[in-house]
Amino acid sequence: MSNNGDTPMEELEDYEKGEELLLDGTKKLVILPGASSHAASFQIEKEDHTLGNALRYFVNKNSDVEFCGYTIPHPSETKMNIRIQTWEDTKTTAVDALRKGLIDMMEACDVISEKFTEARDEFDAKQS
Amino acid sequence: MPAHEQSNPWAPLTPSQLEQRKIVSVNPETVSHTAATDIPGHWGPAQDDSWNLSRFRDNLKVDFHHNKPHDAAFSLIGVDASVANAFRRILLAEIPTLAIEDVFVFDNTSIIQDEVLAHRLGLIPLTGGQEGLKWLKWFRKPPPKDDFAAQATWDAEEGEDSAASVPSDYNTIVLILNVTCRWATKAEDGRDGKALAKDGESDPNIRYVNSNVYARDLVFEPQGQQGKYFNDDEDTQIRPVNPDILVAKLRPGQRIHVRCHCIKGIGADHAKFSPVATASYRLLPQINITQPILGADAKKFARCFPKGVIGLEPSSDDSDELQAVVKDPMKDTVSRECLRHAEFKDKVKLGRVRDHFIFSVESTGQFGSSELTLDSVRLLRAKAESDGVVGTNWVLSYEGIDQLYRGLAAGNWTS
Repeated sequence: MSNNGDTPMEELEDYEKGEELLLDGTKKLVILPGASSHAASFQIEKEDHTLGNALRYFVNKNSDVEFCGYTIPHPSETKMNIRIQTWEDTKTTAVDALRKGLIDMMEACDVISEKFTEARDEFDAKQS
Repeated sequence: MPAHEQSNPWAPLTPSQLEQRKIVSVNPETVSHTAATDIPGHWGPAQDDSWNLSRFRDNLKVDFHHNKPHDAAFSLIGVDASVANAFRRILLAEIPTLAIEDVFVFDNTSIIQDEVLAHRLGLIPLTGGQEGLKWLKWFRKPPPKDDFAAQATWDAEEGEDSAASVPSDYNTIVLILNVTCRWATKAEDGRDGKALAKDGESDPNIRYVNSNVYARDLVFEPQGQQGKYFNDDEDTQIRPVNPDILVAKLRPGQRIHVRCHCIKGIGADHAKFSPVATASYRLLPQINITQPILGADAKKFARCFPKGVIGLEPSSDDSDELQAVVKDPMKDTVSRECLRHAEFKDKVKLGRVRDHFIFSVESTGQFGSSELTLDSVRLLRAKAESDGVVGTNWVLSYEGIDQLYRGLAAGNWTS
């Protein structure tokens, strides 16, 4: 097992500058420079601890993730950086882990709203 | 603690570790085991803590304690603190609500300054037809002309949705407040205010008419299509939640005539837009009596907690004495009073259950509490979707780069 996932310099060029994602004209999600396939920092605009901490929890629940943490670089700017590192010997890339974390959060929210509605209706029925 | 301290990393968790996982310990001067430890790898390879939707669904429980229209208390069991906190933050700051934003003053001869009056009007909670409130669009308020930086950003962004910064019937609600105070007269009001005042009457309600301006004096003026959604017959028109809110006091000759524009906003922008009086949660307290507490000690122990938390029951071995038994930990306020007394401070362990959140959502009246909680869950989902779905689309377009990395190290991937 030689390469061990270390990608040569040429291939990293595409990730050198922050890869962008545009939403409503402002960059919503950017990959910060210096990323590799298994380790990347993402910068999400207009988000704070509300999404950050919850997303960090869901990404950490992925057993392929070696490290996940989030930070808000400065409280005066609504930017949130989230760093994801996946184990080198798995197929999951950092972007995959981020995507899975977001999808897991969506599914969890669906389950919670379902159970909440059920419990609320049951309680109301019992009261009347 | 972590796996390396176990004699055998493949063994299941010991009882003390299980307790650590489940309880946050409350000690006389400290709180310990606060961090959640349910991440994969923390308890060794035998423990599977990775995300499992069906396991989450089975463990999740929602129990209602009471569900009044504007005050709901429920227990959310089985979620992590970060998720419960996200719901709380969204309830406070990110659910759109309607409130008075711009106040156009035609006449204000009262003693209350224009800006103070406008501030007070903004803080009045409003309510109205739910369907109409959901139909209302956002109004993009232009920044003040003397804020050059914001004005520059505004001019750059202007273009497609310039319609959103023009007040119209689909984004603005108009309320009129027009009150004039005068002396009470025999002809109009059946009493002669001036005469009564000369006789010594000091109550302003008797001397004058309209000396107090209440929130109920705000008149809703439906614009354009608003009449369809907010009409008098179905009691859906925009009105203050509490009509008895005192806005200003007047004396004869003083008048307030203002037009208020209400728009949708979020609590993060201004607290008047927060739909909840407050939304909070606490963790379920846990009282663990490790050795029996009997007789007079038991009575003293029961007095260390709020009424109803500790009950006294005949002891199992010696039925003459009463022993302390935990009856209802939910009523406990975790004051740690029992840890101050030498008689039983070593016989009890206090803590909180890490994943049992007792929520209290008190709405200001614009929306119902349980509906607000559902909205906050949906909003968190929408946040994830806007980052995830759009993120997913982006990754799909860069799949080429992704493939490149995979192709390169193809030989190294396990499966």
